[in-house]
Amino acid sequence: MEQQPIIEARNLSKSFGNFAAVQDVSFSIYQGDVYGFLGQNGAGKSTTMRMLLGLIFPDNGSVYIKGIHFNNNSRHLLKHVGAVIERPDLYKYLSGWDNLRMFAKLSGGKITNERLNEVLDVVGLKGREQDKVKGYSQGMKQRLGIAIAMVHNPDLLILDEPTNGLDPQGIYEMRLLIQRLSKDFGKTILISSHLLYEIEQMATRMIIIHKGKKVVEGDVKTLMAPAENLMQVRLQNNNAISAIRSSEWGDLLTYHEGDTYTFKMPQTDMPVLNEWLVSAGLGVLEIKSTHSLESYFLSLTNNEHAKAGAV
Amino acid sequence: MLRLELYKIFKRPRTYISFAIVTAIAMVIQLAMLADGKNFISFALQAVTEQFDIQGNILNGYLVAYIILQSLLVQIPLLIALVAGDVLAGEAGMGTLRLLLTKPQSRTKIVLVKFVASLCYALMLITWLAVVALGLSVLIFGEGDLINLKSDSFVVLLKHDIPWRYVAAFGFAALAMATVASLALLLSSFADNAIGPIMGTMGVIVVLMIFSTLELPIFAVIKKYLFTTHMIGWKGFFDDPVPYAAILRSATVLLAYTVAFVSITIFWFNRKDIKS
Repeated sequence: MEQQPIIEARNLSKSFGNFAAVQDVSFSIYQGDVYGFLGQNGAGKSTTMRMLLGLIFPDNGSVYIKGIHFNNNSRHLLKHVGAVIERPDLYKYLSGWDNLRMFAKLSGGKITNERLNEVLDVVGLKGREQDKVKGYSQGMKQRLGIAIAMVHNPDLLILDEPTNGLDPQGIYEMRLLIQRLSKDFGKTILISSHLLYEIEQMATRMIIIHKGKKVVEGDVKTLMAPAENLMQVRLQNNNAISAIRSSEWGDLLTYHEGDTYTFKMPQTDMPVLNEWLVSAGLGVLEIKSTHSLESYFLSLTNNEHAKAGAV
Repeated sequence: MLRLELYKIFKRPRTYISFAIVTAIAMVIQLAMLADGKNFISFALQAVTEQFDIQGNILNGYLVAYIILQSLLVQIPLLIALVAGDVLAGEAGMGTLRLLLTKPQSRTKIVLVKFVASLCYALMLITWLAVVALGLSVLIFGEGDLINLKSDSFVVLLKHDIPWRYVAAFGFAALAMATVASLALLLSSFADNAIGPIMGTMGVIVVLMIFSTLELPIFAVIKKYLFTTHMIGWKGFFDDPVPYAAILRSATVLLAYTVAFVSITIFWFNRKDIKS
């Protein structure tokens, strides 16, 4: 029997005035997934996440939580979900404990003080819970936000850019916490980020959206495979772009920024490309195969510009 | 959920500003009456004393309380707006509304709970007003008959006939404040920061109050439909005989406005995209 998704987005679309923020986006998240939601700033990630939670109403499309249609009349389904959307804004004049206790009471079901202490322990805030939130660092607020999201033991955690505004130490700790929530506590997690290496390190499946549209969705390892075919070249010649475009290599050029050019091609063709670049007098400074999701992401999202000659 | 909402309201220092303002205004008037009350009374009753012999404790707690209530006519609604205008928009501004709405609670319930919490706050403020304006005044100035001066007549209410009138007047005032709270809540649902709805509520009340009190023929037609006209219905309890029909009409209008404002808020909030 086919596994039922914990949450499913079907053909979600949302416009604000003439601006189409999300267009026909569909995806499913299953038990145990750490599902990465990638996109540049303004790509439509937060709008999509807000539609999943009923904060924003879609113009078209539907959301299903555990197979049941989710809308304003079935908000009880949110007991299966815990979320931190954008910043974890909390009542600053209350203590961490009061914030946690208040939101726990609104989360459905009876939640004991023992459970509150347990989640505080998981997020590493034990001992600071009686401090007023206004004295918390950004990282502490994020961790309290996650404690609030998971206090009622939901099936799915939705974390929108959880490392935003954190210092490097905070980012590292947050990454460890999310990995721990997945591995030690078996949480299904939907995490969005524009910091692609984070998704690369944490997610098992992912979706990439660009300008409100789904570009690609699937298993991270499978999606990463094409990245092995990306070649990155740094050139000295400022007019290299016109020479490349007018050559047979123009069709393989997927992305260009400054003096760096990214080609999608087999690694075995690298010597041939190098030979041509030298013969064309373009001044090769560096040539390498790239393996990062970032390059893959840029190659996907900038493909249309490259084809339009906008590189 | 209501307990949580009240906890939030009464944990905020700004909530107590209203109580401090009411106390300050009441005490300033009481001090002024202590210092110069006799001259004020003899000046106010000048026309009356020419034809009537008035004896006894005229400058009593009931009279001072009545003067305080008259002067707080505009201020109290503004103080209600300070909290009720903040309950939705303030949370939107802080970003906590976003977190609140990710919880499995219906939006209608959230609006109703916030309205009832604002109402509780209004009732507490009215009760506090009763304590400082009436209780303290009676304590300082003692009891006595109340002379209610009107533009073309005056009413004398015997001291044993006064307490129930104050209870009824404060009850009516609570209803009027419910209308103010519901208006502030409605404006609060449209905005993403608290300043707009608070200022908006104050603006609407001040403008409509001007329409309600100006004796111009052009406003005569609309006057009876304005809720501000009916907010001063509490004064009827200090007439003799009490105009029960007019008071009931005013109470009905206020109740209708309250229900309408809350209903529109629920309708709007259930369709609102939370983008803050």
